[in-house]
Amino acid sequence: MTTTGVFLLAILALGFLITFQIAKASEYVSVLKGEKKAFEQNNRINGFLMVVFLVLGLIGVYMCNEALYPKTLMTHPSASDHGENIDTMLKITLLITGIVFFITQILLFWFAYKYQYSEKRKAFYYPHNNKLEVLWTTVPAITLCLLVGFGLYYWFKITGEAPENAMRVEITGRQFGWIYRYPGKDNTFGKKYFRMIDEANGNMLGMIWKDSAMKTPNGVQNLKADASGYDDIIETSAMYLVKGTPVKLIINSRDVIHDVGLPHFRMKMDAVPGTPTTMWFTPKYTTEEMKKITNNPNFEYEIACDQMCGNGHYSMKGLIKVVTEQEYKFWLAQQKPSYKPAEAAPAASPAPVADTAKTAAAGTANAVLAAK
Amino acid sequence: MSHGHAEVLTTHDVHHDEHGVHHHHQSFISKYVFSQDHKIIAKQFLITGMIWAIIGGLMSVLFRLQLGYPDQTFPWLEDILGNWAKGGKITPENYYALVTMHGTILVFFVLTGGLSGTFANFLIPLQIGARDMASPMMNMLSYWFFFGGSIVMLSSLFIQTGPFSGGWTAYPPLSALGDASPGSKTGMDLWITAMAMFVVSSLLGGLNYVSTVLNLRTKGMSMTRLPLTIWALFFTAVLGILSFPVLLSGFILLLFDRHGGTSFYLSDIYIAATNTALPNEGGSAILYQHLFWFLGHPEVYIILLPAMGMASEILSVNSRKPIFGYMAMVGSLFAITILAFLVWAHHMFVTGLNPFLGSVFVLLTLLIAVPSAIKVFNWLTTIWKANIKFTPGMVFALGFVSLFISGGLTGIFLGNSTLDIHLHDTYFVIAHFHIVMGVSAFFGMFAGIYHWFPKMYGRYMNSTLAYIHFWVTLVGAYLIFWPMHYEGLAGMPRRYLDYSNWASFNQFGDLNKFISTVAIIVFATQLLFVFNFFYSIFKGRKVTTMNPWGATTLEWTAPIRPGHGNWEGEIPEVHRWAYDYSKDGRDFIPQTEPIGPNESHH
Repeated sequence: MTTTGVFLLAILALGFLITFQIAKASEYVSVLKGEKKAFEQNNRINGFLMVVFLVLGLIGVYMCNEALYPKTLMTHPSASDHGENIDTMLKITLLITGIVFFITQILLFWFAYKYQYSEKRKAFYYPHNNKLEVLWTTVPAITLCLLVGFGLYYWFKITGEAPENAMRVEITGRQFGWIYRYPGKDNTFGKKYFRMIDEANGNMLGMIWKDSAMKTPNGVQNLKADASGYDDIIETSAMYLVKGTPVKLIINSRDVIHDVGLPHFRMKMDAVPGTPTTMWFTPKYTTEEMKKITNNPNFEYEIACDQMCGNGHYSMKGLIKVVTEQEYKFWLAQQKPSYKPAEAAPAASPAPVADTAKTAAAGTANAVLAAK
Repeated sequence: MSHGHAEVLTTHDVHHDEHGVHHHHQSFISKYVFSQDHKIIAKQFLITGMIWAIIGGLMSVLFRLQLGYPDQTFPWLEDILGNWAKGGKITPENYYALVTMHGTILVFFVLTGGLSGTFANFLIPLQIGARDMASPMMNMLSYWFFFGGSIVMLSSLFIQTGPFSGGWTAYPPLSALGDASPGSKTGMDLWITAMAMFVVSSLLGGLNYVSTVLNLRTKGMSMTRLPLTIWALFFTAVLGILSFPVLLSGFILLLFDRHGGTSFYLSDIYIAATNTALPNEGGSAILYQHLFWFLGHPEVYIILLPAMGMASEILSVNSRKPIFGYMAMVGSLFAITILAFLVWAHHMFVTGLNPFLGSVFVLLTLLIAVPSAIKVFNWLTTIWKANIKFTPGMVFALGFVSLFISGGLTGIFLGNSTLDIHLHDTYFVIAHFHIVMGVSAFFGMFAGIYHWFPKMYGRYMNSTLAYIHFWVTLVGAYLIFWPMHYEGLAGMPRRYLDYSNWASFNQFGDLNKFISTVAIIVFATQLLFVFNFFYSIFKGRKVTTMNPWGATTLEWTAPIRPGHGNWEGEIPEVHRWAYDYSKDGRDFIPQTEPIGPNESHH
């Protein structure tokens, strides 16, 4: 243990000792003064502190808001249409709960102060009042119905079917990163099967690019190559979306549960292995525009994993680039499909991910493919 | 030890043929270790819970160091954590292990075992007028299963691959696959074993509490004359009995998936670390979440109801006023108990749950706010026009109400699926549940400890230390958790050990430092409480009157230090409800006093 550590511990111990001695002494003093007098004094102090806490607390709430509100997402508009609804809902809820918060907290600490013990006061025997109780059953119930109503109105809007013209992008989580897939020219995602995953040969998603016979616990499974997968574009660097065009994300996971968290779009959906999920939204601002709106030249739409997924959870970052239609077309034209028929031999294929060292020990799935 | 022995020799002959009331042929072992006296068992739960709270709290201090000072090294960490903090920096494995254990320990071992274990055991027989629990033997077993579970959980901290580190909710596939996370190897087996023992303990305790409340009430103690503490503890036990078995079934399926080759939760999994596709197909990872949250949500109320009950009681006693709206308070406890079973999927709005199903859960979830609002307004009316004595128990009860309001209101945000999309798994959630079921349940527990300490040990705790404890903790709790709402509104995800690489979340560096500093101060203050507790057991000011707070309930009619059997001679008979304070010009009328001929009717 370092000297500073010892020093800090010593200070701590000393602090404890002093506090304890004061407390001990105050107990003796109260014995000397008489229990009643000591009680009354303690009561006055605590009653006074109740109101001090209330006042300082309210000032603190204000100051905290001044300091931290600008750091939240609320200072600039949401980057998606759904997000706007969510922000509206947030404001409605904040308003209603805020009113209740201030009223009840002020009453609580004010009553505590005002009705502190006094010899002259007689407590008011007031066991119940049905009218009052009905009042504060119905008013909260009605208010909550209001909140439920607004909430569900937006909820069904957000979780409803994606528009016909929505572009589709598949996003797959894995420990610890994201894989994006575009359907390519035919606008159809090729079939995939998780046992076909072969990182060494650039098949991160298990695309069924070839006829193959897979040994599975249920016997040999014959998989037919799916030609619609030949033009699929598989990317790991960033997901490109078009400003103003609705996008439907098809969300998968390759191993454990992840979560596609898009704070700027106010959207979120789990990635569950074996159970694809979806969500859709329409981006409103390009990344460049958001840089200006947020006044942050380094702004990026980040994808944050929002479901505990292992020791690298905190580093599981993805990127979304929202661009104009034109920029998107330009980007798309540069992309090559991931399927490389001529270079099927393992040695020739470029290893797309860093896992090359481990691929030497690739499982049976690999062997089957290589043999073909 | 020798003292205990001497007692054996003297009491053995005397009590040889005595039965019932003074049932004690006791050695040290049977009096203090394998005791069947509900009061001793309560103290065992309390002290075990306190030890757990110190461990769990210390863990939060350690990971707050990492969060507050991510780029700094603390060489002394390596001294205490060894490989987990090579070079004075907490490794990600260790960080996640600490976070996971902190959650598990605090939720289950402190705020469930420590809280309702302590007060259900201590208060139920004393407040309903019973000599002991319906089955003292089961009660003893309940503690020892808890103790066994504690030992297993503690031992998982010391194994090579580390304790479980996939979050206290233990979602598979992460918790099912050792290859996906080292913590999911042996650590997870120990975690499940410990939790299974914990569930057994909970069930043994809960069945006992329910049967005791239903069957062993003294003459005149009708259900509507029960103090609200007992109602709360009763509903807590019902919640536990009905929901813990579901959790256990979820764990057993998980165990099968881990070791039996089944696919309840597993499907379509490729493990990059070993380059293998797993054989499992057809399972649903979401199934586990349903089973987990079917307990997990009632669990929140298992934690909160005892605190509500004790706060109600303590507010009334120290306001010198009856609790306002007794029947409404019981009714709202009942409503919360029922609704607690019908809201679990609000933890799963973003799992791909059917949106219509989600909407039903929104409605049911927000409904809980109604009984909660009733309780808050009734507490406020209870202190209105009161004559408040700020005893240590009372200040904590008031703090409980404040925290319950603050944390309850943010529940209205998260229970609304539309907002949950944005706020799910962010710091907003951390702030919400730490305030509403973490700190506020702790406040209820502290209130209970300060209030019933004289009954437990025949001495008072030092009140100056108690007031310091209260004010530092109340202010500290708000300073820690209030700003976290803003981090949540920035979308900052929970369970990240370092935000510096994120353009979206790195603006809170200073705030995180501030929060960590306050957390350390608050933790140190809790040690002050622990010290006060143990010091006062031996050296505290002695209680000289049977009823130091002037309360109406039965426990204060028992001797200052009640023996096994609680009352010498007859069990007192009850003639009225528990809340006749300041009635007809009298400060209080004990429950044992018959209704006078001229007494006004309430």
